[in-house]
Amino acid sequence: MNEKTIAGYCVKCNDQGFMEDLNEWNEDIAKELAKEESIELTEKHWTVLKYLQDQCKEGVDITMRKVGKSGIVDIKEFYQLFPKAPLKTASKLAGIPKPVSCI
Amino acid sequence: MENQEKLPVKKILLILSKATIENVYACFILANGARMEGIESEIFFTFFGLEAIQKDKLRDLRVATVGNPAMHIPTLLGGLPGMEALATKMMKSEMEKLDIPPVDEFLEMLSASGSKLWACKLAMDMFKIKKEDLIDEIDGILTVGDFYERADGDRTQMLFI
Repeated sequence: MNEKTIAGYCVKCNDQGFMEDLNEWNEDIAKELAKEESIELTEKHWTVLKYLQDQCKEGVDITMRKVGKSGIVDIKEFYQLFPKAPLKTASKLAGIPKPVSCI
Repeated sequence: MENQEKLPVKKILLILSKATIENVYACFILANGARMEGIESEIFFTFFGLEAIQKDKLRDLRVATVGNPAMHIPTLLGGLPGMEALATKMMKSEMEKLDIPPVDEFLEMLSASGSKLWACKLAMDMFKIKKEDLIDEIDGILTVGDFYERADGDRTQMLFI
């Protein structure tokens, strides 16, 4: 496990930069990580991040299909919000582990 | 080697020439998985692969129970009426458990993800398939030459299924 300072906060991350402990997450961290991905966070982004965190807390294995059916965002819009690797990027910004699904 | 700059694949072009469930899903999962990683992906449906994009056929794709040793069904039994349907039903139910969508929904997902879906002109002429027979998500009908033109960068890979 590595430690990384993001937006002034020292957090535990894996070697790919995914946070290990959601309790250490805050909005400043998400903003800082979004800047690295050249994403400007809008209201819609925050709604998606919140949804992913809730799913993670419930122990759901998140898939692209589930996000698409969530009623929060459809797949096309999800790709527009997080253009490069949406599920991976959004998970990173939300402070949850890297998704393990192939779907 | 360690200092060498890594050059990950940027675009994957998949050619689907078969319509058995296992081949269609392999192709779709690779195309969708690429998009999920930020890699561009395109599928060229040719020969029997065209069944996967025909409105009236794509829901009835089957797994091959004959000539497929990995099914562990003796060839003679595999050829019995209903065997293919039974094996297909079992496989589809297992896939649903893993959140793998059915073919029609998977095609919608791919299109929404930005995967390009192309139909092969020659195979369409050969099987007398018309554009109206295909799903709306198809991006166009291409010749093999047109499809090669889609490979327009040095980090493009092509895969035949």
